[in-house]
Amino acid sequence: MALGPALLVSALLFTIGVAGVLIRRNAIVLFMCIELMLNAVNLSFIALSQVLGLAGQVMVFFVMTVAAAEAAVGLAIIVAIFRHTRSVDLKNINLLRG
Amino acid sequence: MPLFLLQLVGTSAVAPTGVIRWIWLAVAFPLLGFLVNGALALFRPGARRAVSVVGSGSVIAAFLVAAAGFLQLRADHPEGPVVVDLWSWIKSGSLDVVFSFQVDQLSAVMLLVVTGVGSLIHLYSIGYMREDEGYARFFSYLNLFIVFMLVLVLGSNLPVSFVGWEGVGLCSYLLIGFWYGDKANADAGKKAFLMNRIGDFGVLVAMFIIWWNLKTLDFAGISSVAPRYMAEGGFIVTLVTLMLFLGCTGKSAQLPLYTWLPDAMAGPTPVSALIHAATMVTAGVYLVARTNILFALAPTSAAVVAGVGALTALYAASIGLRQYDIKRVLAYSTISQLGYMFLAVGTGAYVAGMFHLVTHAFFKALLFLGAGSVIYALHRAYHATHSHEDPQDMRNMGGLRRRLPWTFALMLIATLAISGIPPLSGFFSKDEILAAAFGRGETAPIWMVFWAMGLLAALLTAFYMMRLLAMTFLGESRTGAAEQEHLREAPWIMTGPLVGLGILSVLGGLVNLPAFIGGPAALEHWLEPVLEGALRMVPVRLPHGPAEAVLIGGAVVVGVAGLVLGWRWTLARPIPVAREAPPETGFAKVLFRKYYVDEIYNAVIVRPLVGLSRWVLWKGMDQGLIDGAGVHGSARLARALGWLGSRLQSGQLGLYVIVFLIGAVWLIRAVAD
Repeated sequence: MALGPALLVSALLFTIGVAGVLIRRNAIVLFMCIELMLNAVNLSFIALSQVLGLAGQVMVFFVMTVAAAEAAVGLAIIVAIFRHTRSVDLKNINLLRG
Repeated sequence: MPLFLLQLVGTSAVAPTGVIRWIWLAVAFPLLGFLVNGALALFRPGARRAVSVVGSGSVIAAFLVAAAGFLQLRADHPEGPVVVDLWSWIKSGSLDVVFSFQVDQLSAVMLLVVTGVGSLIHLYSIGYMREDEGYARFFSYLNLFIVFMLVLVLGSNLPVSFVGWEGVGLCSYLLIGFWYGDKANADAGKKAFLMNRIGDFGVLVAMFIIWWNLKTLDFAGISSVAPRYMAEGGFIVTLVTLMLFLGCTGKSAQLPLYTWLPDAMAGPTPVSALIHAATMVTAGVYLVARTNILFALAPTSAAVVAGVGALTALYAASIGLRQYDIKRVLAYSTISQLGYMFLAVGTGAYVAGMFHLVTHAFFKALLFLGAGSVIYALHRAYHATHSHEDPQDMRNMGGLRRRLPWTFALMLIATLAISGIPPLSGFFSKDEILAAAFGRGETAPIWMVFWAMGLLAALLTAFYMMRLLAMTFLGESRTGAAEQEHLREAPWIMTGPLVGLGILSVLGGLVNLPAFIGGPAALEHWLEPVLEGALRMVPVRLPHGPAEAVLIGGAVVVGVAGLVLGWRWTLARPIPVAREAPPETGFAKVLFRKYYVDEIYNAVIVRPLVGLSRWVLWKGMDQGLIDGAGVHGSARLARALGWLGSRLQSGQLGLYVIVFLIGAVWLIRAVAD
């Protein structure tokens, strides 16, 4: 796998993720964007491990584990919020406003 | 030589022997009495018999201890003061204050006077306070007073004496406001306490300066170290003595801090007799006599003491001329007589001062207790007829000699004694003071003025005392017909102590019969060891030969003239009853209103002070600065900052992410650089 294109795709994915987080208000979409960012990072880890050794690949496994755990917790929270407010629009969820 | 070594050399204290080792019992008995009576006052206020026995018994026990100590001291003739160390009290760096009692010739005299007169007054109180609700409370306070008075007298260093000094002030406050249900009484107590605090400030400052300069606070240490480390007439010693004297003017009611004493008459009459005539108010004289070496080193201060004393003697006597409350007349008389004592100690005639202190304790206590018997009789009479006249106003009295023969006879003795009629006690002591002032006047002319003031005050004293006696006991009765049959002599428990004090008033002169009539001058020789140093520096010169005879004759003539004038003048025209009395006019009004000094103090000191407290300290400092800017201000500031911070917390996730991203980018850039 060529290093340059891989990193380019990774940066592209990460930017799409960031933009999604910034722009979208739907909690599920937001969540998917975060996953996208995580996987963009994973991709750059894999790509760079060709040059820098296997440590990057090991890190990918950690990231995937954490992402899985985060998905479980996050989705559960979103389900709970939906049950409570009948909506997953983040505009309405501002309980921590000062 | 370093100071601490000198201190060791200087202290000539002698270890206690025999009963003097147990002198602390004289304090312990009344203390026990205070605790028992205090407990009874709280839990068994009805146990009057127990209170009487404990209250009086403890003071009589203290008197016996004091007498035993006195006899031991007389037998031993110790070289220096006998110091009984009890415990180490304050130990800090080079300061080591031991709680210790000093028994020497001076404190022994005071010890006997306080416990002796105190015992008689305690016995009298059994009768006088019999029907009072707070009987047990009264005796517990009275016992506590004796405790502190003895600590004051016995303290072997300034801090210990100061404990007693403050303690008697506290008891004075408690007893003046004893009938605190009446606001005037509570106010009188407060006034006494506050004016005394002004004086106490002086004593504290004096203590600090003495410690700073001499590194000792023991009386024995001071008298041996002071002449070496304080220049005669120097600034330091003058300041120290003036500060001490400021304390004395407060405690002993001298100009300008005397105004609390007439108001202190709000307390029960035995209190006036014990605290505000015989014992506590003489503490100032005692303090000057105790620190005689310092006053000998500061001639300016001594002159101030003598001058203030002479002025007070004359001033208070003039007010006494025109008072109608029987106790107030006696209060001004006390101030005046205390002025005599200060004239004496300021002159350097400490023996004369202490002599007058002793005799005054006898006849003034007698006068107060006699007045108490009169008030007691009138109060009962008015009570029986449900009348609301003032039982202390002399315009409501008159002709009481027929109803109260014992009281009349004893008051007559006391009046003659205070007027300086030979051979009663007051004659010898007052004469000695005037002679000493006159003798000093031969070298320092200002003392001639003091002497003349003293002589004039003696005339006024005889006048107002005779006026008191005549208004109360002579002439026609103004008490009212219905009350007549209820007027009768007080019970023996009250008259008995009066008789005892009467005998002492007659024979008190024996304490120090002067040499010119072949007397042994016992008190003079007795006090010699204590006063040695001061008398060597400022000797007392008494006039001799014809001058002496003229002086004595003059004093007697003045006394007799005052008595006769007072008698004739008072009975010259009928006295209207208090209710129908016309208002005073002219100078008599000025005297009646006490030269308006209370009003002046109110306008010049009290009101500005209250105004300052209210508008600057309360409204400005407390409510404005501390509450407004401090407490509420800091809360307001915290709330405003919190409000600003809370604006960041919009609750909108998007905003957080943007801020986070900006931060992350900035961070990455910073790391990349």
